[in-house]
Amino acid sequence: MEQVINEIDKRQMVINMGPQHPSTHGVLRLEVVLEGEIVNEVRPNIGYLHRCFEKYAEEVGDYSKVIPYTDRMDYVSAMNQEHGYVVAVERMLEIEVPERVEYIRVIVAELQRIASHLLGIGAFGLDLGAFTPFLYCFIEREKVLDIFEKTTGARLLYNYMAPGGLMRDVHEDFKSDTAEFVKTFRPKIKELNDLLSYNKIFIDRTANVGVLPVKVALNYGASGPVLRGSGMEWDLRKNDPYSIYDRFDFEIPVGKGELGTLGDCWDRYIVRVREMEQSLRIIEQALDGLPEEGDVFEGIPKRVRPKAGEIYTRTETPRGELGYYIISDKSGGPFRVKARAPSFVHLSLLPSISKGAMIADLVAIVGSIDIVLGEVDR
Amino acid sequence: MKNAEEIYEILKDEFGEDSLELHSGDIGSPWITAGAAKIKEIAKYLRDDSALLFNTLMCLSGVHYPNEEELGVTYHLHSTNLHHSIALKVRVPIDDPRVPSVESIWKTANWHEREAWDMVGVIFDGHPNHKRILCPDDWEGHPLRKDYVQQEFYQGITTGE
Repeated sequence: MEQVINEIDKRQMVINMGPQHPSTHGVLRLEVVLEGEIVNEVRPNIGYLHRCFEKYAEEVGDYSKVIPYTDRMDYVSAMNQEHGYVVAVERMLEIEVPERVEYIRVIVAELQRIASHLLGIGAFGLDLGAFTPFLYCFIEREKVLDIFEKTTGARLLYNYMAPGGLMRDVHEDFKSDTAEFVKTFRPKIKELNDLLSYNKIFIDRTANVGVLPVKVALNYGASGPVLRGSGMEWDLRKNDPYSIYDRFDFEIPVGKGELGTLGDCWDRYIVRVREMEQSLRIIEQALDGLPEEGDVFEGIPKRVRPKAGEIYTRTETPRGELGYYIISDKSGGPFRVKARAPSFVHLSLLPSISKGAMIADLVAIVGSIDIVLGEVDR
Repeated sequence: MKNAEEIYEILKDEFGEDSLELHSGDIGSPWITAGAAKIKEIAKYLRDDSALLFNTLMCLSGVHYPNEEELGVTYHLHSTNLHHSIALKVRVPIDDPRVPSVESIWKTANWHEREAWDMVGVIFDGHPNHKRILCPDDWEGHPLRKDYVQQEFYQGITTGE
């Protein structure tokens, strides 16, 4: 009898966060097992946005027709998704990419990284009740989207890169527009730091919360700002270089446990802020190096038909390591495409870092790993 | 830093050559195929041996090979200490697609193995939570099989157009 009563006292409560909850960053359901306010267990349920990317890629029978679909995986950093895919196809075809194309790709990829981080940072603040910084972030993000719109005609899903080239050349004022953005955006980072990063309430909510030790992070396959937030200097742009990133001078910001424990939510957050500065440095150097002349179409092969074999290519997107595993059977389309999405991996480590946290902090932890559900479910 | 041949030689010395083979395509990187029965021991050795130290599993993919009537699992490994990578492959017959789980070695495998079960239908022995992940639990069939036919109704709702 006594034992039964004890079990009732300790009875846990299971609640659902999502599938539609303001802090879930998309359609995600978290089954949370609570004991009072303490999180005992989290079971993420995903798949709500599953659109069969891999099946489509295998059935469409054309390597180039997969590109618009890659945009739709991580829809807030579509350029980086395309970049990873075209790099993979180019390595399979063993073709050279013209200089001008490479430079434009790097510039748009880094602009996209800034836009994506602005959304991630803004939404993270929003999760914790800071509404104003979110709007400031969106003003800046808008400027990047304007540049993209002028060049590609689209604001979110661009279908801009092609194996060996680009779908169209940049618009006339691309260079001056981008240079202007770099100039005006730099002081805004300081403004963002004053407004959010070093805000006392924000620090209270994020420092010492959701600590991810580097060993656990590696065992779970974490990458990008999540791994760097835990103090590991690891960036595929330097550690497994692709495109022309080896030509640029930039640093890899890492978490240092400045305001709390190494690998907490604040560390992951600040890595993203500092990465934006580094992206600006890369853009400046790339603008200087961008060749004036050059055809962006001439490198595009008439037929994309790689030899038999397989490849795993990974690139650094704003969220981390995006891998494409492609098997070619000598036909015009891939035999198998597997997309290894960083958000998928990061969401899988959520249960391990949120065990024992307060339920209100769970919101902070989900925000700090910056997931995009389109990429988790593909 | 070791290349695929050197890694293959190390594995051959440890596990014998009957279940290990080194392959390469016309393009891309080479891979090592291993027998499914030993994959967990091989994975543990790859992670812990001081000359290999594969501390991260980058990607785990299920593949359906319709011509051979086989399913495959590909493991892409990387060592952040020694900066080398390798692809490891396992092939199993489609009527008994059992592969030991490597979840206890790399946690990345937890969700990736669930995805491979969901999409291709590989069964991972010893997985702590062997459930579908992207499709609902009561979905029929494995969508990434080449001969997959989508069910007409799901809980009374039409799935086609």
